[in-house]
Amino acid sequence: MISGNVIEVKDLKTYFFTSRGVVKAVDGVSFRLKEGETLGLVGESGCGKSITCLSILRLVPRPAGRIVSGEIIFDGENLLSKSEKEMRHIRGRRISMILQDPMTSLNPVLTIGDQVAEPVRIHQNLDKIMVREKVKEMLRLVRIPSPEVRMREYPHQMSGGMRQRIVGAMVLSCQPQLLIADEPTTSLDVTIQAQFLRLLKEIQQQSNLSMIIVTHDFGIVAKVCDRLAVMYAGKIVESADVRDLFNNPIHPYTKALLNSLPKMEVKVDKLFSIEGQPPELHDLPPGCSFAPRCSEEKEICKKAYPPQSVVKDGHNVCCWLHT
Amino acid sequence: MGDLERSQRVTNISWLAKRNSVSKIRTAMRKAPWVSVVILIVFLVCGLFGTFIMPHDPLKTNFTETLNPPFWQEGGSLRYFLGTDYMGRDILSRLIQGAGISMQVGFIVITLAGILGTVVALLSGYLGGWVDTILMRITDTFLSMPYLMIAIALAAVLGPSKNNIILILVILGWAGYARVLRGEVLRVKEGDFVRLAIVAGCSKTRIMLRHIFPNIVNTLVVLATLQLGIVIIMESSLSFLGLGVPPPEPAWGSMCADGRLHIFNAWWICFWPGLVILLVVLSANLLGDWLRVRLDPKFRQL
Amino acid sequence: MLRYILKRFIQAAICLLGISIIIFMLSHLSGDPALLMSPPEATPEDIDQLRMTLGLNEPFHIQYWVFISNAVQGDFGESIRWGKPCLEVWLSRFPNTLLLGGVAMLFTIIVGLPTGMISAVKLGSWFDNFGKTFALMGQSLPVFWVGLMLILFFSVVLGWLPTSGMGSWRHLLMPAFTLGWYFTASLARLSRSAMLDVLDSEYIKMARIKGVPESLVIAKHALRNALVPIVTLAALNLITLINGTVITETVFNWPGIGRLIVDSIFARDYPLVQTCVLIASALFIFTNLFVDILYAYIDPRIRYQ
Repeated sequence: MISGNVIEVKDLKTYFFTSRGVVKAVDGVSFRLKEGETLGLVGESGCGKSITCLSILRLVPRPAGRIVSGEIIFDGENLLSKSEKEMRHIRGRRISMILQDPMTSLNPVLTIGDQVAEPVRIHQNLDKIMVREKVKEMLRLVRIPSPEVRMREYPHQMSGGMRQRIVGAMVLSCQPQLLIADEPTTSLDVTIQAQFLRLLKEIQQQSNLSMIIVTHDFGIVAKVCDRLAVMYAGKIVESADVRDLFNNPIHPYTKALLNSLPKMEVKVDKLFSIEGQPPELHDLPPGCSFAPRCSEEKEICKKAYPPQSVVKDGHNVCCWLHT
Repeated sequence: MGDLERSQRVTNISWLAKRNSVSKIRTAMRKAPWVSVVILIVFLVCGLFGTFIMPHDPLKTNFTETLNPPFWQEGGSLRYFLGTDYMGRDILSRLIQGAGISMQVGFIVITLAGILGTVVALLSGYLGGWVDTILMRITDTFLSMPYLMIAIALAAVLGPSKNNIILILVILGWAGYARVLRGEVLRVKEGDFVRLAIVAGCSKTRIMLRHIFPNIVNTLVVLATLQLGIVIIMESSLSFLGLGVPPPEPAWGSMCADGRLHIFNAWWICFWPGLVILLVVLSANLLGDWLRVRLDPKFRQL
Repeated sequence: MLRYILKRFIQAAICLLGISIIIFMLSHLSGDPALLMSPPEATPEDIDQLRMTLGLNEPFHIQYWVFISNAVQGDFGESIRWGKPCLEVWLSRFPNTLLLGGVAMLFTIIVGLPTGMISAVKLGSWFDNFGKTFALMGQSLPVFWVGLMLILFFSVVLGWLPTSGMGSWRHLLMPAFTLGWYFTASLARLSRSAMLDVLDSEYIKMARIKGVPESLVIAKHALRNALVPIVTLAALNLITLINGTVITETVFNWPGIGRLIVDSIFARDYPLVQTCVLIASALFIFTNLFVDILYAYIDPRIRYQ
């Protein structure tokens, strides 16, 4: 591993070729993640967070979508130069992912046990009895009561919170090095959300798991993440340690996002929201994509995209206000 | 990376990209099934104005000109363009008159079955409760009947005639509309504008007619177009068996039945009617499919 | 599960009862059976006597009750044309239709199902375009014309296959193909649609994320879920197969039930027509029932309702 990084994404570009134009869903994204660290990927809907995650696993929907350029260095090797067969061995075994909706993530016609056992059966050479024990162990790990009984049941017999935990068991059964979670708690009840996050954190501490959590909820970021990257229109506009970012946001978009969180102590007449709409990704204006909505916009913002500059160690931003 | 490099990159990639909204409309129009529309228009014209365009009298027999082949084969002539049958009748003229029959039966059936089905769907979907249960049970019974068996049984009882065929096909056809449209009514019913109408004091009939019906018209049009093909096939199948429009009227199906007996020496008698059925039904299906995609992209049915 | 089966069984029985009433009413509208069954030289008194023996003077519901109780025991009356019990006539022809139908179904499943599924998996490829065209053509062609064109090509032009009748395997080919044609196209369209829906779902994405090989994703995860809607709709479309036998058997002179019905109608042999239609309806309803139960087995969510 190079400098203790589990994964390093360099200038990743994933485009979708549609009849309406080229949609630049991911347009030059770069970040790093160390072992045991949790990165939060934050942004509005449609900014490219989910596609970034799918790109890492090389599961971008075809034929419209394609990874156009960049590098994804995982454990010293570039994932983009691997064959499909090699990627299959990595998926589920070394990199894994949780999707947003637990209600549809599990196959309705297969038993829980069958689905949790599947990655184990595919990636590891264990006999039937050991596989069953492993499944029970994983279900216990995610706090599913009476796993022997649950194993034989079907997904529709479980609640949403339980299903998400089962997905967790399924996804961690081969002890991956990296877990990507795409809005894992958005579809859950608020009380269940907290439980689930706590569970993830515990598992992470036990096994030194690295995580990328995609979310639009800063509350989750504050609780679970070490570092944070803010995305807008396919690019990362600011990235930093969580503390740093909350204390010292530089990019106007980051500042606006943090401002839109209602604060309990402050009384306001009108809730703050960012004016305008996210841009159409096939029709991006030249220059900084946030410029049309930026309150501190300057002339140069409309002409050219700002290069990345360092605010301090670990804190980067792409903004003409700070060069 | 500067502006220039970036715009060069875009041009390189744009081999798959198209321009903006102007081309959107053009693409949609280009994909329209123009051939189908033309074929259906020809069909309509033959049906409505057939008597003016046919070269000969379709019912007039002429025993000196029996079994003439189509014009490009030896023994054929341009006078009897597609050939003649075993009674010396001109095939082309018979085809044109047959178009009239199929058209009449087709359009009347889809109209009547459509009206009946829509009324049932509106009442059943909007009123709900026991009205819904009873109507749906009836609909299901009608849907689960093997149509040809019943059509044959009815045709046997009532006797073959054009009106009877229309009656039979309407009886068998309305249920399909009712079931699908009821689903649409249920969906539209949930819209807030319906609730507003109720709050404003509209009567149930008014709501059904002025608010719900216009929103299901799209589906109705698609269904009717697709049904046209089905009705034509059913009518020609019944005519083929001798239970449909009776001779001497040249229904396409009965022409094929006639042709069967002469298939060894006069292949054209049963070839042309079937081909015409294929063209019309195919066009109706293609048009219906295109309409379905255009009018409601979320309409995912089989 | 058992409760579900029982419930559906009762529903099926009620449906069948309803249809039998309709059929019974229809055939009694079609003319005076006594008149039909009497020889031409019969006197009015003879006809009256026959009417009494047949119980035609009884009130309607008594007649129906007699009809139904006899039918349940297997007595469907006597065929006017053949002079034998209707059931016997039916039984003598049914195996032929069964043979034809069986081969046609085989053809349908072997060709239609994989065509649709491969089309879905290889969306947009030449195979998909071919498959879609095939399905569209299949549903736009009248069955009788398919049969006629086959005869034209294979019997008249090529002389390879016989035009009609039953006998060797050569006689079976064209009728089976004709019968199965519509349903094959329909099934191809259906399975493509169902497969596309399934391939779009989150759990398929999850399976790929887990590293499941693509062949297993299709065979294990997608297939079983796709079969659920396919089986239901395929069963509903089974009617077209039953309908198709009438036309196919007429075109090819195949001695089965379909042709029996048509011949009997023209011969005014109403008891036989009644028998055939009733049995066909019963077969159809109970096939539906069987499929519903199969459906409940494949999709565990249904069982728990």
